[in-house]
Amino acid sequence: MAASRLIDRRMGIFLAGLFVLTVAVPVGNLWIAGQPVPTYLVALIGKYLCYALLAVALDLVWGYCGILSLGHGAFFALGGYAMGMYLMREIGARGVYANPVLPDFMVFIGWKHLPWYWLGFDHFWLAAIMVVAVPGALAFVFGWFAFRSRVTGVYLSIITQAMTYALMLAFFRNEMGFGGNNGLTDFKDILGFDLASHETKVGLMMLSAVALAAGLLLARWITTSRLGKVLVCLRDAESRTRFLGYRVEHYKLFIFTVSAMMAGVAGALYVPQVGIINPSEFSTANSIEIVIWVALGGRGTLVGAALGAILVAGAKTLLTGWFPELWLFALGALFVLVTIALPNGVLGALEGGIGRLRRGTPTREAEA
Amino acid sequence: MTFVLRIVVVLLTLAGAQHAGAADFAKLVNALPHGSYHERADVVREIGKTGNPRAVEVLQALANDDLKVMADGTVVIVDDKTGAAVGAVEGASLGTPSADSLTRVRVNNMVRRAIRTATGMLTLRSPDPAKRLAAARDALRSASPDQIEALDAAIGAETDAGVKALLTEARAAAVLKTDAATTEKVAAIRLLEARGDEAARAALSPLATAKDPEIARAVTSALASIAETQRMWRLAQNVWYGLSLGSVLMLAAVGLAITFGVMGVINMAHGELVMLGAYTTFVVQQVIRADAPWLFGWSLAIAAPLAFVVAGAVGIAIERGIVRHLYGRPLETLLATWGVSLILQQAVRTIFGPDNRDVGNPGWMSGAFPLGQMQVTWNRLWILIFAFAVFAALLFVLKRTPIGLQMRAVTQNRAMAANMGIRTGRVDALTFGLGSAIAGLAGVALSQIDNVSPNLGQNYIVDSFMVVVFGGAGNIWGTMAGGFALGIANKFLEPFTGAVLGKIVILVGIILFIQKRPRGLFAVKGRAVEA
Repeated sequence: MAASRLIDRRMGIFLAGLFVLTVAVPVGNLWIAGQPVPTYLVALIGKYLCYALLAVALDLVWGYCGILSLGHGAFFALGGYAMGMYLMREIGARGVYANPVLPDFMVFIGWKHLPWYWLGFDHFWLAAIMVVAVPGALAFVFGWFAFRSRVTGVYLSIITQAMTYALMLAFFRNEMGFGGNNGLTDFKDILGFDLASHETKVGLMMLSAVALAAGLLLARWITTSRLGKVLVCLRDAESRTRFLGYRVEHYKLFIFTVSAMMAGVAGALYVPQVGIINPSEFSTANSIEIVIWVALGGRGTLVGAALGAILVAGAKTLLTGWFPELWLFALGALFVLVTIALPNGVLGALEGGIGRLRRGTPTREAEA
Repeated sequence: MTFVLRIVVVLLTLAGAQHAGAADFAKLVNALPHGSYHERADVVREIGKTGNPRAVEVLQALANDDLKVMADGTVVIVDDKTGAAVGAVEGASLGTPSADSLTRVRVNNMVRRAIRTATGMLTLRSPDPAKRLAAARDALRSASPDQIEALDAAIGAETDAGVKALLTEARAAAVLKTDAATTEKVAAIRLLEARGDEAARAALSPLATAKDPEIARAVTSALASIAETQRMWRLAQNVWYGLSLGSVLMLAAVGLAITFGVMGVINMAHGELVMLGAYTTFVVQQVIRADAPWLFGWSLAIAAPLAFVVAGAVGIAIERGIVRHLYGRPLETLLATWGVSLILQQAVRTIFGPDNRDVGNPGWMSGAFPLGQMQVTWNRLWILIFAFAVFAALLFVLKRTPIGLQMRAVTQNRAMAANMGIRTGRVDALTFGLGSAIAGLAGVALSQIDNVSPNLGQNYIVDSFMVVVFGGAGNIWGTMAGGFALGIANKFLEPFTGAVLGKIVILVGIILFIQKRPRGLFAVKGRAVEA
C-alpha cells in the first residue's frame, strides 16, 4: 500500500527514467569504447540533477504550501559553501602557498589563524552535517519570525529576497572568510577521490541521481501524509485552516525548514561537480530562476518541478552556447508565457488538458 | 599659491582692465634690472602699490627667474618651457628670442619676501570679491607674519563683509606667529575659535604647547570648541548625504508604491523602467550633441517629459498585455514582470551595448558650493528638489483630480468602486502607467549620478522594494518616510560599518521590522487589506 501511495504513475515513469539514466551514463562513459557519453556531459547531467533536487525543494514550499520563497538560492549556496569549506580543507598543503591549514585565499589576505567557524571542516562528517544544518537553521530562525508574525504573500517573497541579497553582500566581503568574490575553488579531491577523474565525476552524478530520487520520495511522502493535506489546506485557505484549530505557522515552519535542508543537499552535491562556489550563487536572479523551473514544470507536482529544472537548465546551456544574446529574451518570454498560458505548467497542461476542456475553465490551483 | 595667482593674473589680463598710472608702472618695471638688491626690493614694493593688473604676473615671473632683459633693454617674461617671450609692461608677444640674447633679472631672499608681500596685497585688492576671498583664504592658510601689514591695509579698504571677516581671521592667524602681546594673541585665538573649521584648527594647534599659560589655556578650550563645531558639521553633512540618498530612494520607490498599493501588483520590471528613463536621457543628449549643441543646458528638461511618456507607455503596455490577465494572483504577477524585466534588460543591452553610456551633466547640475563647513553638490541638490516636486505633483494628482479619486476608490474597495460605475480596468491601466512614468522620471534623475548601463534597474530594485515594504504599501507618505529614514540610517551607519556592512545591517533591520509590523510603517487599514 505504501509503495503505491508514494509512487503514482508520473513518479514511477520519472524514477524509471532516472534509473535508466543512472545506469546508461556510467556505462556510456566508462565502459563503452569511444566514450559515447563524454565526461563533460556527465558533469552537466550531474549539475542538472542537483538543480532538479533544488526545484523539488522549492515545489514543496511553493506548490504545496503557497510560500513563494525567493531565498532558495541562498539555502542552496549555503549548502554549497559548507561542502566547499570541506573541499578547501581537503586541499591541505597542495595549495599555491602550501599552507597545510589555511586555504590559499586566507594566506593571501594575510590571516594567521583559521577562523573558529572553519574549525572541524577537515572532517567530512561535520561538513555533511553542516550542509543540512546551516540552511535548516537559517530557514528555521527566519521562518520562526516570519510565519509567527503572519508575513505572507508578496511581503514574504520580498523579505526572502532581502535575506538572499544581504547574504550575497556579506559573502562578497573578504572579511567574512569565505574567499570574497572569488569564492571557494581549486578543489582537488573528495574523501580521497580525485575530483578530476572520470570515475569520481560519474560517481557524483550517480549520487545526485540517488539524492534526487530520495528527495522526490521524501517530498511525496510528506505531501501524501496527513500533514501534507493540512499544507494544501492552508495554502488554499489559510485563515480557514487556522480557525479549524491548526497551528498554521508550525506547519509552515516545518515544511520551510525541510525544504531548505533539501536545497542545502542539492548545493553540496553541485559544488564538487562544477568545482566552484562563489557569492553570485546568492544573486536574486538565481533564486527567481528556480521559481520558473517549478512554474514551467508545474507547481505542486514534484516530478514536474524536477523536469522543469532539467528543461530550463538544458535550454540555457544550449541557447547560451548558440545565441548568447537570445537567452535572456527566451527566459523572459518563458516567465511571461508560463504564468499566463500555462498556470499548471507543462505537466499540468499535459495531464489535465482533457479535463480542463471538459470543464471549460482552467483549474486554478492555489493562490497565496 | 602660485597656481591661484597665475589664474588671477590670467583672468585680470583677459578682463583687460587698465588702470591709471600705466606710465608709472612701465617706468618701475624698466627700473627693475638696475640697482642693488635693496633698490630692487623698493621697486617691487612700489609696483605692488600701483595695483596694475599686470603687476602680479611680472612679480611672479621675477620670483621664478622668468623675468629677463633683451639686448635692446626691453624687459620680457619668458616661458621657461617654450622660450616664448612677452613684453613685461604691455603683455604683447615678442616671439622666441634666443636664450643667449637674454639677461636674467636676479633676486635674493630679501627681494623674494618683498615680492610675496606685494603680490599678496595685489590680489587682496582685486576688484573681484571671489578673488579677494580666495586670496584671503590663502593668507589664512599660510598665516605668515610678514603679511600682517598687507592684511591691515586690505581690511581697511575691504567693503565685502564676508571677505573682511576672513581677512580679519587671516590676520589673527598671522598674529599668533608673531611675538605680539598676550592679550592680542588671546583675542586672535577667540576670533579663530569662532571660525571653528579645519583652517582655524591648523592655525591654533601648534600653540597648544605654548609657554604662556594663558595662551595655552585659551588654545586648549578653543580647540575643544572647534572639535565640537566640526562634529556638528560632520553630523550635518551626514544628514545631507542621507537626505540625498533618501530622495533617490524615494524617487525610485514611489512609482512602485503606487502600483503595489493600488493594485497589489509587484512590478519587478520597475527597475528596468527607471533604466528606460535614463536611456531616454542618453538618447536626448545624443541628439542634442549632434544637432543642437546650444540646447544642452535644456537636455534634462526635454528628457524628463519624454522619459515620462516612454516609461508610461511601456508600463501601460505591460499592464494591458500581461498584468491584466493575472489580477488576484500576485505571485504570478511577480514572475511575469520579472520576465519582462529580463526582456527589457536584454533589449537595451542589444541596442545600446553592455557598457556604461555617457550622460553629461548640464552646467547648472555640475559643481558644488560650500555651505558652512560642508560641500553641497548641485546635482544632489537638484535631485532632492526634483524628488519633492514629483512627490508634490503625485500627491496633487491623487488627492485633487478625478482620476486620483478613482484610483483611491479602487484601492480601498475594488468591487464597490466598480459598482459605482468606475471602470476599474481603465483605472488599473492608468495607475500602472503613472507608476511606470514616475519610474522614468527617476531614471532621468539617476542618469545624473549613476552609471547608465543595462544593470541600472537591478541595482535599485531591492532597495526600492525595501522602501515600499518599510513605508507600507499603498501610502505614498509612507514611501517618503521610508525613503528618507533608510537613506539617513544608511549614511549614519556607513562611517561605523563601511558601506556594504551598513547595507546588510539595514536589510536585516527591515526583515526584523517586518516581523513587528507586517504591513509596514503606515499600514493601510480596513477590509481591503486581507483580500
